This record gives sequence, structure tokens and C-alpha cells, in this order.
Amino acid sequence: MTDASLHTPEPRKKSSLMTVNARTKSRNASETRFRMYGIAAVAAGVFFLVVLLTAILSNGVGAFQQTFITVEVFLDPAKLDKKGGREIENIKKVSTFGYTPLVQQALFDAVEANGIETPLTKRKDMKALISASAAAQVRDYVIANPEQIGETVSFRVLASSRVDGYFKDRVTRTSVARDKNIKPVHLDLVDGLQAAGVIKKQFNIDFIVGADASESRAEQAGMGVSILGSLFMMLVVLGLSLPIGVATSIYLEEFAPQNRWTDVIEVNISNLAAVPSIVFGILGLAVFIQFAHLPQSAPLVGGLVLTLMTLPTIIISTRASLKSVPPSIRDAALGIGASKMQAVFHHVLPLAMPGILTGTIIGVAQALGETAPLLLIGMVGYIATNYPDGIGAGFLDPNSAMPAQIYEWAKRADPAYYERAWGGIIILLVFLLTMNIIAIILRRRFERRW
Amino acid sequence: MLDVHSHRQEIQKMTDVDLIDLKMSARNVQVHYGDTHAIKDVDIDIEAKCVTAFIGPSGCGKSTFLRCLNRMNDTIDICRVTGDILLDDENIYDKRVDPVQLRAKVGMVFQKPNPFPKSIYDNIAYGPRIHGLARNKAELDDIVEKSLRRGAIWNEVKDRLHAPGTGLSGGQQQRLCIARAIATQPEVLLMDEPCSALDPIATAQVEELIDELRQEYSVVIVTHSMQQAARVSQKTAFFHLGNLVEFGETSKIFTNPEDPRTESYITGRIG
Repeated sequence: MTDASLHTPEPRKKSSLMTVNARTKSRNASETRFRMYGIAAVAAGVFFLVVLLTAILSNGVGAFQQTFITVEVFLDPAKLDKKGGREIENIKKVSTFGYTPLVQQALFDAVEANGIETPLTKRKDMKALISASAAAQVRDYVIANPEQIGETVSFRVLASSRVDGYFKDRVTRTSVARDKNIKPVHLDLVDGLQAAGVIKKQFNIDFIVGADASESRAEQAGMGVSILGSLFMMLVVLGLSLPIGVATSIYLEEFAPQNRWTDVIEVNISNLAAVPSIVFGILGLAVFIQFAHLPQSAPLVGGLVLTLMTLPTIIISTRASLKSVPPSIRDAALGIGASKMQAVFHHVLPLAMPGILTGTIIGVAQALGETAPLLLIGMVGYIATNYPDGIGAGFLDPNSAMPAQIYEWAKRADPAYYERAWGGIIILLVFLLTMNIIAIILRRRFERRW
Repeated sequence: MLDVHSHRQEIQKMTDVDLIDLKMSARNVQVHYGDTHAIKDVDIDIEAKCVTAFIGPSGCGKSTFLRCLNRMNDTIDICRVTGDILLDDENIYDKRVDPVQLRAKVGMVFQKPNPFPKSIYDNIAYGPRIHGLARNKAELDDIVEKSLRRGAIWNEVKDRLHAPGTGLSGGQQQRLCIARAIATQPEVLLMDEPCSALDPIATAQVEELIDELRQEYSVVIVTHSMQQAARVSQKTAFFHLGNLVEFGETSKIFTNPEDPRTESYITGRIG
């Protein structure tokens, strides 16, 4: 036994460095394989991203353009101000029904003036071409400028969504065969009017700043009011979740004793971050609306609910960034006689700031895109038709939010709304992108201080 | 409170010298980390205008004990300190003592240079600012200059006071930290292995500085290097496994130690 161990082991075979042995070969092969997997994964990710972006852009860009008709409307005093006194009260008595014939007549005149051949011979045949919003637009103008009655004024009115669809290849002659709103003869007329320059597809700012419209006026609908709704909600979220979240994290991380209670709190906060958002929605419904009697559909309530949802995200990221501040900085401050609070606020917090800001903006961006909790507190639906008239109303008046508005549009029957839903997604993404860029800029800024 | 007078007499008896200028003294100090008994029954006296070195193998409790002297251990939840530590005859563990005030008097320099990620000026000015030592900008400027001069770094940084302190070299950073500790006008300066992260040249500079600081402060330094202890200190304390094994004149400890454990440590047999 002992003798055996004394024998020198078999000498290692001499091998050249120039030839790769089997073991190294297989190791290299597995490394190459792993790299391929990695590249494949990245490529798949990029591919999906490209597909997503092209889908969004190709479907949504159309929403930013709209078909407009330019017409010269004769504001007939006989119809708009029968008593002739130009008194605003009398003018207001004429509803949009009184204006519709004027707009239709104007277009009919334009058809004749441009010498376009059409079998349509009645003024009422123009109805299919003009948006129902046109009459309201003219009426609003007349009420604002009553002295213009009797004059001929040029208006740029919206074309109906079918005409708009024809311009965007959504509506074709075959597809209108069974459509009772518009007939192929109308499309022939549109071709003629387009050649004459009366109908044109133009950039539509109202899609970004306008209000939502009814089911039958897809051409008029815009995101503006729901953008305001989202904005007011985000103000609430930021105003509440940032101070509460940061204060909570600082207390838990720097001051709280390590005992069972803080452990329980910690576990609960981590769990809250994983709670489905709809749970926060029903909680908000029960607590803020049914118990506290805050107004329904109000951005204030939406903001409160989203604050609950955002808080765990902010707390977790803030604590992580406080933890990443080296303890030597705390020691340094305490060692020269700073109080704990001075150490935290003068030294630790500024160092943790980039992380806190990033976490907060990610949390707020998440809240911006959240729809489910809004369903339960009544912020989804045909709501956002009026601009809030002031800051207070902005928080308390019924409103919608960007993702809720998009969801609402996607639900509607008119295919014109489908396009607008995609367009809404583009606006939402632009907002998210902006917030992320702000986060990056702020982070750079705070980091550059040392 | 202890009877201060009898306490002093007792010390006199123990040390068997004329009562010299005593800055801090510890009696019966025990430190527990949770269930671990980290410091066992330590009695020690720290003189004014003298460098006292703590030596001993890793984990012997010398840093822990150092951190008791300005109550930095308070920041560790599970750490319990019992016994009496007096600073100018006042018990620093008395309930009425605010550790913040204590730390202004007992400054500390750490193992790793830890300047604030701010300008050199703000690093030094921070302490005086929070303690209200300067009434105006001119006074503050004055304190900053004096501290940097005493920290033996003024000549190197005087032209870039507003450059970040983190941009200095390791040795400069450590001297900046010493200057920062001096700026609050402490009475005792605690140094926890101040040279362990420095190269030999920077170490020599810091040691020279420590020797100069002795003129005004009482300095306590923890070190792993016995040569350093021998070079800079007048008194040396040897810690082993949480006990203070031997404490006395540095020359005596290194040439004629009483305890066999001290001897085996300084000759390199343990540790």
C-alpha cells in the first residue's frame, strides 16, 4: 500500500500548444454556442420591437392627418337672425339644425362653381360628405362674431369619416356598396372636389388637442382632454408618491430599528409591488368614492389610486439607491459630528438622487400607461368631451386618461376609431419617451455634480 | 457618576506615575455584538498630547474599542457597550450626552479615505458649518486654510480648492480627511488604520503628520503595522481576543514586553 504511493505517477503526455486538444475544443464550441444563443435572443428582441414600432406607426400615423373641405358659407340673415336685431340671445336660439343647410348649400355651390359633373342634384346629397361637426363649427363662429351675418365666410370644415377613410384607403368603392351612409357617386364627387382643391388631406392638430367625440363623429375626436386628464393624474401621483415614498424609504433604510415590525413592513411593501393593478382600482372605488365620497371619474381619484400603485415601486427603488451609497460616507459625516439626519440629508440623499429620480420616473411612467384601475373608478367611457375650466376642475371634473381613451376608441364600431386608437398609442409613447429622456437628463445632471 | 477624585487616585496608584494630563480613560468596558463578547473588561488611559497605538491581530477588537471612544458603535443596532469611558472626567455613555456633541470633540479618521463627493473646500468647511464655528465667509476661509495647513496638504490643493475631493490621490485624500477631522477643532483624534490603504510614501507623509498633530491633540491610532506603532506612538496597547493584554510605553512594549502573548505577537508567532 505504502509502496504504491511512492511510485511516481504516469508522466503527463507531452502535447504541443499548436494543436487544440479535445477538451479545449469542446469548451470553445460550447462558448460559441452560448454566444449564438445570446445573439439570437437579442435579434428576436429587436425583431419584435421593429414589428411593434412599424405596426404602430403604419396604423397610427394616419390619425394625425384629416380630410378637410374648404367652403364659402353664406351666413344667411334670413335664417340665422330672423328678427334682424343681431341680438346674441336671438342668434343663440338657432340650433345647429339651422346651420346644416347653409354648409350643405355652400358645398353644393362649390360643386357647381367648379363645374364638376355629378348625378347628385340636391343640396341634401352633400350630407354624406360633410362631418356633423361642421354646422356646430359655423354656429360657434357666428355666435362669436354676430356682425358677420350676411357676409360670406370661408370655413375649413371636417369631411365625414367615410370621405376621410376614402382618402386613407380605408373606404373603397366595393366596401361602400352596402354602406348606407355614402354611395359610390359620392366618391366620384369627392374625386372631382379633390381635383378642384376643395377637399384636401391635411395635418390635424385637433387630434392632439381636441376632445373626444360621439360614436358617429370619429373625424372630430381628439386626445387633448384625456391628455389633460392624464396630466392632472400624474401631478397627483408625483405630488403624493414622491414625498411619501422617499420619506418612507429614508425612514426604513436609515432610521428604523431592525426588528420584526420593520421586516413585516418590508415584506408587505415588496408584495404590494406585485399586486395586480385592478385590485388597487377596486380599493380606490371602495375607499375614495364609496367611503370618502370623492367625485367619480375625477383625475384626483385616479391619481390617488395610481399613487397607491406607484408607491411600492418608488420605495423599492429609493431604498435600493440609498443602500448603494457607501457606508463610509455616513461614517465620515457622523465622525465629524453630523447628526444622523444631517448625514442623510446632506450626504446620502444627494448621492442617492439619480437612483431615486429614475425609480420615480419609471413608477410614474407605469402609472401613465395604466388602464385597469381606471375602469373601476369610472374614468373609461365617453367622458372626455369638455375641457376642464380651471385647475380645480382639472382635478375634480370627470375626465378620462390617455390609455383609457385609447381603450374606449378601440372598442367603438367605426373603423375610423381604430385608426385613432393607434394614433393615440403614438401620443402615449411620445409622452413615455419624453419622461424617460427627462429621467436620463436628470440622472446625468445629478451625477455630474461630483 | 463615578467619584472622580477617588477614580483619579486609583489611576495614579495603578499607573504609578505622577498624574499626567489625562484626556480619556476607560474602565470596565465590555462590548457585545449580539451574543458575541467582543471586548472584555478593558481599562485604559489616554493622555493628552500623546499618540496611543492599539495593536493586535485581526478581529482582536481594537477597532471596536476605538469606535467606543466616540460612540460610533451607536450606529450598529446589535452593539451594546457597558462600563465607563470618561472624557475630561465626564462619562461619555451618560444618558445626558448627545453623541453628536461628543463626536465634535472626538474626531475620527477611517481606514479607507472617505472624502465627501464635494469640493475640497466643502469637505473641510462642512464640519465648521454644522457646528457653527464660523460667523462669516472670511472666518470659514480661515478655518479651511488652517485645517489644510495642519493636514499638511495645503500646498498641494491651495490652487484647486473647488475641485472635487474625490479627485485627489489616495494619500492626499487621507490627509484631506485628517484635515476635515481637525477642522471641527476636536480634542481627541481617533484613527482607524489610517495608512492601510496607502502606499509607503503617502504612509510616511501621514505618519509625519500624526507626529505633528501630537503637539495639540491626543491621538489614538489603530494599526496593523507594528513598525508604524513603534514609529509614531508613545504608548502602545496590545489587544488579543477582546482583552487588553498589555498597555505601556511603546519602547517598553516592543523591547521588553511583560506578557508572553505580547512577545509572541511582536515577534510574529501569533496573529
